[in-house]
Amino acid sequence: MEVTVTVNGSDQTHDIEPRVLLIDFIRTRVGLTGSHIGCDTSNCGACTVLFDGKPVKSCTVLAVQADGHAVTTVEGLKSNGTLHPIQAAFKEEHGLQCGFCTPGMMLVGAALIEANTEPSVDDVRWAISGNLCRCTGYMNIVTAIQTAAATGEG
Amino acid sequence: MFPSRFDYVAATSVDEAIAAKGDGGDETRILAGGQSLLPMMKIRLANPSKLVDINGIPGLDVLERVNGHLRVGALVRHADMVASDLTFGAVESAAPWISDPLVRNRGTVCGSVSHCDPEGDWNSVLLATGADVVARGPSGERVIPIGDFVVDLFTNALNEDEMVTEIRIPVPSGRSGGAYLKLERKVGDYATVAVAAHLELGGGGVITKAGLALTSVAPHNLKVTDAEAALVGEMPSEALFAEAGELAAAASSPRDDVRGTAEWKRQVVRTFARRALATAAASAG
Repeated sequence: MEVTVTVNGSDQTHDIEPRVLLIDFIRTRVGLTGSHIGCDTSNCGACTVLFDGKPVKSCTVLAVQADGHAVTTVEGLKSNGTLHPIQAAFKEEHGLQCGFCTPGMMLVGAALIEANTEPSVDDVRWAISGNLCRCTGYMNIVTAIQTAAATGEG
Repeated sequence: MFPSRFDYVAATSVDEAIAAKGDGGDETRILAGGQSLLPMMKIRLANPSKLVDINGIPGLDVLERVNGHLRVGALVRHADMVASDLTFGAVESAAPWISDPLVRNRGTVCGSVSHCDPEGDWNSVLLATGADVVARGPSGERVIPIGDFVVDLFTNALNEDEMVTEIRIPVPSGRSGGAYLKLERKVGDYATVAVAAHLELGGGGVITKAGLALTSVAPHNLKVTDAEAALVGEMPSEALFAEAGELAAAASSPRDDVRGTAEWKRQVVRTFARRALATAAASAG
């Protein structure tokens, strides 16, 4: 069936089977590979995207369910070649090691600081509790999200 | 991992959803948040021939207090329950313990309830608070007490042509308190053991109504009726709650698995039931 999903502000119309998962739609149909497939069982959060502004695990959403909805991936964070504050803060605070969890962590962080401009350490830990970092680099991830919030530009 | 092939219907009304579900019989499933159903389909534990997506049906996201009940519509997400100031007692206590923040943004309370996974949290809360499930079929609405709705492992009391439209949780009018205590290995894991407790107190502080239910320690969420009967009519006390904990442990039938031994889980039931009841009594003020 034909679906139109607004991905990072651009309407993406494709003819797909209902069983196609949103993560596969994004990676193979739209061609954006910043969203990763980690566990594929909605545990790890590597596939996190914003669905109408809220973080969800795109391995556990059907692409047909996103028909008519807005999806933001990590590629949609920057604007006009300028890094989003969350991206700048991850760079500044060394908020990544291997980088595999990073797109999900940044999207969760971006959604958090949009709602909460002064998140505490506990607020940040709570927000990222559905995302795993296998390098266990959580300390700098938390710091990066707080640093991004402090810029007041989330 | 892809699910097997299925037909997909995006329903725009409850009537349309019921008709589409009835057409497909046993092999048709309602899709709300999909946070339990889709993972099961991906590993082929579930292979429905048709999914009826209810996400586009207006009005099913109702979350309000009406006629002494908290109405939780079929599209109310777990995150809505966390954010709402309409929740209370065990309901309020359980909401932040459902899976993880991302799953809570998508998964629905009614979907979790309908799924009847014995490791699911909400059915224990509903058993403890005495909630009803409202189902709609071609011949109209049916109100099913949660104790009758939960039949067995992954089995609910719905007919093939019915869907859950909302849950009604009675809101106590007098002194009341509740708690949900959950032991989990990590955020997002199922409960190793969890206990829901609900108490209502009358004149002089005597217990007039008691609810106690267990997660992950029986083939379905288990209402501990022995303990509830022992609590009603008594004054709250540590000794009373310890006795209820013993009855809860005796009623449970946990199994050895990767989360722990049966005997250890039974001990957690004993302790958590006592603590949950004490917390409920303390919060009743």
